Amino acid sequence: MAVAAEVRIEQVAREDLVMFVNACFSCTGQREFYGDARGQSVSIEFLHQYILGNYRRLYRRTLAAGINHFNQAQIILNLLAVGSPADPVERQEEGSLIAAALRGLPTQRAFRVLESLRSRHINNRRARAIAREYLAGRSNLPFDAVKYRAKLRAAVVHGHLKLDGELGPFLFHGWKKRVYTQPLLETFRKAHFAQEALYELPYTVAEGLAQKHGVPRDVFLQRIEPRLTQAERLRLQESAARHGAVEPQVDLSRAPLTKLALYVLSMKDEVREARRDELHTALERASARVLARAPASLGRVAAVLDNSYSSSGSLQKRRRPLGVALASHYLLSASAREYRAFWTCPVEEPLLVTARGQTDLATPLLDALAWGAELVVIVSDGYDNDPPKAVAELTRVFRERLDPGRRTALVHVNPVFDAEEYSPRSFGGAVATVGVRDAEDVPTVLGFARFAEGTASLAELERYLSARVVSWLERDAHRIASAAPGVSVSVEEGEA
Amino acid sequence: MTDTRLIQRLEPKGLRLAPSQVFGRIRLVPVLRDEVKGDLRFARRDYSDAPLSVVALEGAPTSRGLKYVSYIPHGMVVSWGNRQAEAVYGTRLQAPEGKKVKVGPFSVRLLHRMVHREDRNQLRMLPLHLAMEGFLALHFGGPDIAWAEYSREALSHGLSPRVEGVVPGWASSALDGALRTFEVHEQQVGLLLFNADELLSAFVVAHPDDYRLLHRTLLEDFYGDLLLQYGYLLEAPELGLPLDAKRVSSVEDLRTEVARMRADWAAFHGFMAGGLFGVEVTSRKVYEAGPFLLQHFHTSLVPSEENHLGEAIVGPDGTLEYLKTYRLSAAQTRRAYLLQQLAASSWNMEDTAEKLGSTRQELLLRLHNAGFGYLLKDHVLEEARRSKARGS
Repeated sequence: MAVAAEVRIEQVAREDLVMFVNACFSCTGQREFYGDARGQSVSIEFLHQYILGNYRRLYRRTLAAGINHFNQAQIILNLLAVGSPADPVERQEEGSLIAAALRGLPTQRAFRVLESLRSRHINNRRARAIAREYLAGRSNLPFDAVKYRAKLRAAVVHGHLKLDGELGPFLFHGWKKRVYTQPLLETFRKAHFAQEALYELPYTVAEGLAQKHGVPRDVFLQRIEPRLTQAERLRLQESAARHGAVEPQVDLSRAPLTKLALYVLSMKDEVREARRDELHTALERASARVLARAPASLGRVAAVLDNSYSSSGSLQKRRRPLGVALASHYLLSASAREYRAFWTCPVEEPLLVTARGQTDLATPLLDALAWGAELVVIVSDGYDNDPPKAVAELTRVFRERLDPGRRTALVHVNPVFDAEEYSPRSFGGAVATVGVRDAEDVPTVLGFARFAEGTASLAELERYLSARVVSWLERDAHRIASAAPGVSVSVEEGEA
Repeated sequence: MTDTRLIQRLEPKGLRLAPSQVFGRIRLVPVLRDEVKGDLRFARRDYSDAPLSVVALEGAPTSRGLKYVSYIPHGMVVSWGNRQAEAVYGTRLQAPEGKKVKVGPFSVRLLHRMVHREDRNQLRMLPLHLAMEGFLALHFGGPDIAWAEYSREALSHGLSPRVEGVVPGWASSALDGALRTFEVHEQQVGLLLFNADELLSAFVVAHPDDYRLLHRTLLEDFYGDLLLQYGYLLEAPELGLPLDAKRVSSVEDLRTEVARMRADWAAFHGFMAGGLFGVEVTSRKVYEAGPFLLQHFHTSLVPSEENHLGEAIVGPDGTLEYLKTYRLSAAQTRRAYLLQQLAASSWNMEDTAEKLGSTRQELLLRLHNAGFGYLLKDHVLEEARRSKARGS
């Protein structure tokens, strides 16, 4: 009796964790095609609280599982909010995980976390120390002070931090001070009074000031062009054209895979047709770069890709499911020995794909099985409606009658989080479902798929997570060692 | 000689049903057409700028005569023959149709006829309002023999004014969500709309491209009370059909099984829509548009059954090219049934009551409760009420 209960407990724990990690891969709390933003955020918040309360060790280790930035930030905040654990070993692990995760986040997201500490009323020794350590590790704090001024100020005020040199006065007096010796700070001050100084500031800061000076949009965009970051260039393509300005040059060879795929999908058909070779090479290079970082070599792979209307995503996540499908197409074709793609609504040229039509996953899946794939990757939001629940039945009968030895692996990669089920929507028990946010994570989630399938035990999952934690912390230590130390930050209270 | 294109029994000839898509309690069933001829095209014409439209059924729009008054958000432009197929796309470029007059703070659109020929191969019609007008006009003339019970107004003006209430599509947020997330098939030309698995409406056009453009107009159309009924039912069951594992020994077998599953879905939806398709209807010709026949129809109007009214265009070979239906609510059916029975007995109260298996007094009260009290003389009604109160 006791044994049975223990087995059940282990099973529940494993299912909970798989559900949580899956949710952390895909959910961003934003609106989806079928679900609204409110439902999404309520659902993911509940999951976080539930896992934090019941499996704290695994909760923090999930930080290293390769989950998306939104959920990393949530975990950091939730961990800081509940205070540090009593056990010194655990405390040490948690502290280094949080610090490493914060360093690994994109700058704007990391500063957003520091700002959220204030809005969520989190102020304990550890939270202050984490903020201080993060700021001490920044290589160019004056630049951060200009670009993320409000957030940095919030962090400094809230954490009782003291910044060296002119940064303190800069944060609290800003452009009202007479003069700064730091060139960037001085430019920021000048830009409030002289138009010329605008164009040496970061774009997001200069944008508001340009409005203040009444600079025409097209002139502004043209002159600020050298200061634009890659992401800003991609983002500004369409709006620049709308304002009659020259579109900023995009270096396609540097854009990450999924962003690139989304950029391609945002273009009109004719443009895609005209620039087909260029875009095709860029996508191939981007997927090669992903594979260089996380090598994956697969055998005979078939991808069943969903380009139904629901893959157009929502206003907040425009065409993301389709973008993930397109990026996965390139990534899988680069990593597989033999590869074929099967779209729900067949397309001649993957680059010209659009979100259109019903979700008929049964036909492409049958084609993929008939082709004799070793691994079938289904990229879909999990709503198959022609006929409904056909994939679940199809895979069940396939496993039962045609492939009881599991020669063919079936993995469902789902970029959409279903708020009501607290996980990405699945196709029943015969297919392992894993969540994903960017196609870059596909190699990672394919490794995670065996846990989602339910064949691996809880101990294995723990080993998997702790191995990832070790390698992740090592990589982080390596990164710190190679980076130059930044401006020192002192604190009013003397604690470590 | 009767026209073979006039519908006796609604058959979805040339059409195919695909598996449904469910959103909350709304179930949408796509209607597909395999063979598209492309000689009959539909386009939407926007009338939403006027909160009220007055359609002249006889005579010029500004003259006296019978009028149909309603909120009409859009009309439909029908063109046939290949010559016009391209022109329809640009109908928005045309000068605004009809006349708009200011009445206080509102503007009212005056339209000429339900169906109005605009060109040699082009027709403007008011979708669903055409069918509704046909329904309101049933026995509109009122009593043709001056029986003593009927009021003077009923004898001189008939049923005028005859009023029915409907529910606009946007009154239901579930319908909005369902139409937004619905995934339109490539060959789709129509839609069956179920609320809580009750058939509310069927909409079919001739060409898939037209359907794609007209899909969202379903939100502006009107529906019966059933759209709002069952509001507490959150979800219609998402059905799933099983595959028979015993019959499968290869991937090809799986393929045939999936094909069978599709056929089962189509048959099942056909069964669900059995209250409309396959039942006897009474239809009347409205307009002959080249080789096509525009008509409106209604089902039996027996209160115990599901009743629909609608309009249809049938091609020369009997294919259903256009269909739009409206599900009558129970009260609307009762009204129509009473009128039908009265008319069948030449508006004689005793005969009708006998046919319905009740008394004259009861029938009078029933008419009053159904909303036709204005047809009867006050003292006759009063007497019926008093005899009811006496318990006779």
